[in-house]
Amino acid sequence: MTELGPIFSEFVQIALTVLVAPLFVGWIRMLKCWAQGRKAPGVLQPYLNLMKLFSKDILLAENASWVFRVTPYVVFGSILMAGSIIPIVSTDIPLSASADIIALVALFGIARFFLALAGMDVGTSFGGMGSSREMMIASLAEPAILMTSFTVSLFSRSTSISETVRFVEGMDFFLSPSMAFVFFAFVLIMLAETGRVPVDNPTTHLELTMIHEGMILEYSGRHLALIEWAGMMKLFVFSSLGIALFAPWGIASNASGIPLALALAAVKLALIGVGIVLAETGLAKMRIFRVPEFLGTAFILATLGMLSHFMLE
Amino acid sequence: MIITTLLGVSLVSAGLLALVGDRRMAPDLNILASLVSFVISVYLAFDVYSSGTAGTSLVGDYFFIDAFNVYLVVLTTFVSTTTAVFSRNYMKFERGHGKVSGGRMRFYHAMYQLFIFAMLLALLANNVGVLWISMELATLATVLLVSLYRTPSSVEAAWKYFILCGVGIALALFGTILLYFAAEKVVGSGVQGLLWTNLIKINAKLEPRILALAFIFFMVGYGTKVGLVPLHSWLPDAHSEGPTPISAVLSGLLLNIALYALVRCKVLVNLSMGGNWAGRIMMGFGLLSMIVASLSLFRQRDIKRMFAYSSIEHMGIATFAFGLGGAMATFGALLHMLMHSLTKSSIFFTAGYASQLSGTQNMVHIRGLIKANPLVGWGLIFGVMAIAGTPPFGLFASEFLILTASMKQIPALTPLVLFALVVAFAALFRKLQPMVFGDPSPDRREINASVLPIYLHMGLVLALGVFIPVFLQKWFLEAVEILK
Amino acid sequence: MTQNFATQVNNILAAFILLASFGMLAQRRIYGLLVIFAWQGFFLALSAGVVAYTADIKHLYISAALTLVLKVIVLPYILYSLVNRLNIFRDVEPLVNIPTTMLIGIALVIFSYHLTAPVRELSTLFTRTTLAVALSTVLLGFLMMITRKKAVTQVIGFLAMENGLFFAATSATYGMPLVVELGVALDLLIAALIFGIFIFQIRTTFDTLDLREMEKLKEGSET
Repeated sequence: MTELGPIFSEFVQIALTVLVAPLFVGWIRMLKCWAQGRKAPGVLQPYLNLMKLFSKDILLAENASWVFRVTPYVVFGSILMAGSIIPIVSTDIPLSASADIIALVALFGIARFFLALAGMDVGTSFGGMGSSREMMIASLAEPAILMTSFTVSLFSRSTSISETVRFVEGMDFFLSPSMAFVFFAFVLIMLAETGRVPVDNPTTHLELTMIHEGMILEYSGRHLALIEWAGMMKLFVFSSLGIALFAPWGIASNASGIPLALALAAVKLALIGVGIVLAETGLAKMRIFRVPEFLGTAFILATLGMLSHFMLE
Repeated sequence: MIITTLLGVSLVSAGLLALVGDRRMAPDLNILASLVSFVISVYLAFDVYSSGTAGTSLVGDYFFIDAFNVYLVVLTTFVSTTTAVFSRNYMKFERGHGKVSGGRMRFYHAMYQLFIFAMLLALLANNVGVLWISMELATLATVLLVSLYRTPSSVEAAWKYFILCGVGIALALFGTILLYFAAEKVVGSGVQGLLWTNLIKINAKLEPRILALAFIFFMVGYGTKVGLVPLHSWLPDAHSEGPTPISAVLSGLLLNIALYALVRCKVLVNLSMGGNWAGRIMMGFGLLSMIVASLSLFRQRDIKRMFAYSSIEHMGIATFAFGLGGAMATFGALLHMLMHSLTKSSIFFTAGYASQLSGTQNMVHIRGLIKANPLVGWGLIFGVMAIAGTPPFGLFASEFLILTASMKQIPALTPLVLFALVVAFAALFRKLQPMVFGDPSPDRREINASVLPIYLHMGLVLALGVFIPVFLQKWFLEAVEILK
Repeated sequence: MTQNFATQVNNILAAFILLASFGMLAQRRIYGLLVIFAWQGFFLALSAGVVAYTADIKHLYISAALTLVLKVIVLPYILYSLVNRLNIFRDVEPLVNIPTTMLIGIALVIFSYHLTAPVRELSTLFTRTTLAVALSTVLLGFLMMITRKKAVTQVIGFLAMENGLFFAATSATYGMPLVVELGVALDLLIAALIFGIFIFQIRTTFDTLDLREMEKLKEGSET
């Protein structure tokens, strides 16, 4: 039974990533409607959207290559993999031993790479525009996120996420300026990577302002369903990463602690949803040429966190 | 008590002149205040020497006098007196031509005395922190004087002066903090850690690495105020744009005081570290300043700007000599500071009159001074001869000493020093020639030149170049002992 | 307050002071600069207070109070009224663009960390770790002065340098002797007043506070 424990935890995590992500997004959309004084469509709406898309036909452009057709599966798969190596409810997951933060960043990179290619594949101008913008943001966000993960791993002396989580959970409370800096850097990066306001408006219908939406304009049917699902999972996974690095208390270290961890994770995710909605309603979308400054700030904060760690601790 | 009286005179007269500075008697009051300060400082020098308290702290640890600062005190008050005499006629002319308003005259006179106060405080202070404070005060007192005429270039010069010297002084404060840190480890916290008299005594126990780090900051900080290349870019502007009496005291006095501060720090660091690491840094900066400044002399078109570069060059020579160390070089450096002060202020007096005569500071338009106003013309010739290092003027003697010392200690650098001196000589004379000879330009103005300060200074420079009186020799030799 | 806890609190305050320096480097709006500068002064005064309480040094309380009054209230207010009267709200583009400036800033922080290593080894004070931050603040203020071209921003850079120096005094030693601190504060006040007068002089003479207009004094220019 004890060997099955880790596998069971892993299974629970994958199931969570796949099944709960749309619920998380539904929760955020509901909060956003409430914040804006509109009537919300219900928290299960994303599931209904996905089901609708799965039942529809695919419409492919004539000159679409194999990249276009393969991308939805690659994207879905890599985000799923990312979800399986982050400790969401338990640190006792087998895959975390082989994959660390750098691998996580690489998984996100694979998904983004294929998505950008697919955006340019069919030759539409909006797709190309979305791809180039996405790549610009990625090239700036990547150093920032690596610096963030380095700084966090400076505490635990290991880049494995599970190790870091175990360490942070076991630390006595103390005021750590480097953690504070890194936390703010992570918030900024999350907003950029998951395509929320102020970097990219996920609900925009104006193609000239699209970044992520621009790349997936040509998709339909189950392809679109998979990509949308992957987007929701990415948001879920990033939030879980944030929780794991900065507020992992209550996480299970073996299979028996999972129910409590589940409950706590639910509460934390709900709070993150509130935070995201506050950020989205409070901030305005930035002009695209200000995004480098935004990400530069994230990088500087992460670097300051690293420097503070050396200088002050 | 004497010291407090000395400082009190300038402080009180600053306040007084702030109120009455535009009346007719104001310049005379200025002269009187400076003269009184001079007399008191001479008396102070004799008093300290006869009672043998040289080198110890006075008035409850706040002040101290030793051979190094006593002659600088006398020099400062002397030059400020003669400059006040010059200023009376000069500023009357400026006021008559509407370049300065009444309120600004009050400000000018008050700041002049405040500046003297700050310089004297810097020289006499025992507390290294108070030295810093008075250096900053001296800068602040003169900053607004540079922009007195409110022309675009003078405002720009004053701003540059303020910013660059402000930054430099801030770095010097960091050096002071590090020095205090090192001292605190030995004597504990409190004022004791900043007193020069204490620092000399405990010098062996101060941590060398900290002092080395502190010296770097002092070098950059006080070095900016001395006008060493590459931190010099404020100097030509500031010294050329303000009223000429201010240029004279800035070039003649403030640079000396900044160098004084730098040399005191160098003594501390060398005593603690052993060897001459600090001196070598000073030599490097000094050489660089000499060469760059003398080469720059060729490009100048403004008369005061040219002489400002000459100040940079001479300060470079003095810094080089102090850095070289050893009895001969230090003696030469002390003599050089004295001679340069007298000569440069005299030159600025003549340059001021020359520019008033011709209505411009551009050397192209200054012509035929000997014919236009013979006393001013000849004064300029003597001044340039002196500053270029012609014998028998005093600067020749000091430069000769420095060259000899450098030949003895580091022969490889002597050609560079010689090169700088020769280039400066050539440049200055080349620029001088058209100004003094030839026919004067027709649209010149009449000025009422008071040439007493000029000839007094030049006479002193000439006399001291030939023969140095005994008491001065004694002072210098004692100072050399302290500074070795 | 135990030394250990005091060290942590001091470290957090130092981190915020450093963040404020970078914040000033990145700011374009003058109001924003003033607000960040006031915050920096506030953290500074707080840090001095913590040190005074932990090490039981009475005169540091006076310095802390002086910093609070001068750098959080008086100076920002003077600058604020100046800005209002002269109607300057935005800065011009800095000499080097902002992301590059930030990177240079990071390099300066690392440099000052290495430079202050000998002091850190020798110091026994609980504040020794923050000396690197203090020197960084000085250098970052200096960076701000040389990359900005508006007079008011240069002034704020200068004042940020002075903040760093005060912080250095409390980090390396428990504050300089009171007479020196008072003298420095006096100098600072006079400097601020002179700055204020200067800004007006520049405005009246040049009709703008953009310092690029003031680059006319070069060699060989006619005067």
